[in-house]
Amino acid sequence: MSTLTEPTLAARNTALLKGRRRTGWKAARRWVMPLGGLGVILFFIWPYLVMLFDALRPSGEVLATPPTFFPKTWTMDAFAHVVTDPAFHNWLRSSLVVAVAATIIVIVVAIPAAYFTARFSFRGRMLFLGLVVVTQMFAPTSLVVGLYREFYDLGLINTYAALILTDAAFNIAFALWILQGFFSAIPKDIEEAAALDGCSRVGTLFRVMLPLTLPGIVTAITFTFIAAWNEYVVALTLIQDDALKPLTVGISSYVTAYEQNWSQLFAASLIAIVPVVILFALIEKHLVGGLTAGAVK
Amino acid sequence: MRRRRRERGTASPVEALLWLGPALVLIIGVVLYPAITLVATSFSSYSITGLRKGDAGITNYTTFLTSPDLPKVVGNTAIWVAAVVVITIILSLGLAQFLSKEFFGRRFVRWAVIVPWAAALVISSQLFRLILDYYHGILNQALLTLHVISKPIDWLGDPHFTLPSMIAVGIFVTIPFTAYLFVAGLNGIPGDVYEAARIDGGSPWQIYRAITLPLLRPTLLIAVVLNMIYVFNSFPVIWILNGSNPGFGNDTLITYMYKLAFRSAQHDVGLSAAAGVFNVLLILIAVAVYLRFVNWREGSKNA
Repeated sequence: MSTLTEPTLAARNTALLKGRRRTGWKAARRWVMPLGGLGVILFFIWPYLVMLFDALRPSGEVLATPPTFFPKTWTMDAFAHVVTDPAFHNWLRSSLVVAVAATIIVIVVAIPAAYFTARFSFRGRMLFLGLVVVTQMFAPTSLVVGLYREFYDLGLINTYAALILTDAAFNIAFALWILQGFFSAIPKDIEEAAALDGCSRVGTLFRVMLPLTLPGIVTAITFTFIAAWNEYVVALTLIQDDALKPLTVGISSYVTAYEQNWSQLFAASLIAIVPVVILFALIEKHLVGGLTAGAVK
Repeated sequence: MRRRRRERGTASPVEALLWLGPALVLIIGVVLYPAITLVATSFSSYSITGLRKGDAGITNYTTFLTSPDLPKVVGNTAIWVAAVVVITIILSLGLAQFLSKEFFGRRFVRWAVIVPWAAALVISSQLFRLILDYYHGILNQALLTLHVISKPIDWLGDPHFTLPSMIAVGIFVTIPFTAYLFVAGLNGIPGDVYEAARIDGGSPWQIYRAITLPLLRPTLLIAVVLNMIYVFNSFPVIWILNGSNPGFGNDTLITYMYKLAFRSAQHDVGLSAAAGVFNVLLILIAVAVYLRFVNWREGSKNA
């Protein structure tokens, strides 16, 4: 009944008011939103600006009191030192070898598993998916003592292999979830058409499915690479040989109780961070899709 | 929308084993086996050099559970996880809402949000160690200049400020991933639902409460559960920021466990393994209780 009655004057007035407020907001929005955006940008990058400015000043000046935001003396010395430091080259090599190898393993292992669990039901499917969830619950941190014992028994302490295997195993889950989402989104008809044309399951996967899931694969690669590149606890525990340490562990030695080369630490840190930020920014669009795919599971 | 993917072909377990085999080998070898090793280690006694001396029965567990440091460490862990997860979720919800609007420069904002996520936790932690430093830190200098504080604060040494400082850093580095999860969740809500609500005359807040939040529920659950696990297991922030403080006064269960095995005078691997088992069980229980509490099944059926 009430829906049939004329709107009261008061209701019409509030509606009008709302409308006016909305147009006012529309005009303001063009300025308010980008300004808010600028605020968000500053909030998230100011610490890294501190890092950049500290890397661009002499090491002694970092520890000056009172500290200043901008360097008094601008210098590239810290960067020059780091890029010619043989120790840094070793750490960089370790990080690259470990992250690349772990990523290759994860992709090779996760693609068939994701495709198969997305497309087929079979006995033990839920068990397998449950097992994958468990790997996320058992973070390497809480298992670090067990990992240490295992690799100690295998004689793999101080080897890249230990880091590669750990990084690969603990990153299967995310890659699998992302890829599964992408595989599930492809209509079945495409596969059936391929099968009718005489394509085997493996052939279908390689010739039809993989090209269609390329964004998913790129996202999974990026995620795994970054996780392995940034890993700390396992490397801190399993690698004692300085030359084999990855960047995350190695660069800490620029700042010790005896020697505080903050500008070198930060120069090295920036060299470690910048490629990763660019990599992440490049897949930013897929990041959102990839996470949804993962979140649905 | 997603229902049609229910139609799956069937396959034999043998064929499944071929496709899943490599992943299974890796998971069993590097996740399950160390978990079993951890349990076995927790029932053994070890010398300082890490040699197994024999069975220990449950003495590692009794030693761990009766340790005078444990109540403080458990308390720290509870505060750390609860504060970081709750505040991160709330701030990320707002940020995600903002990031999913169209405006000039949004792309740059999204890139900036990625930075703390892409940077290694250990690197960000080192950075904040300097920023929060009593003598050389820029934060004290900035607050002094702005007359917010009258004398410098020992953010990482004063027992009143150490845990809150670590929590603030923890939130800062956890927001980006969480916000992106929510952006993804918001993208999944069809636009016509909002259109209908707006025609019905709902205020923005009503629409948010009645439509956005319920539809975001699955993402919210995932975000809370993943963050509970990640934050509980978070190591570098506390390890680095609390690095120069003696004792266990600011440790969480994870760094406490690590110190028992690798840094304390005892180097007690067995005791640390018992702590590790305790940690894994605790996080499993916490996640289970949470899912029970929010009624996981009901929620996912409605969504």
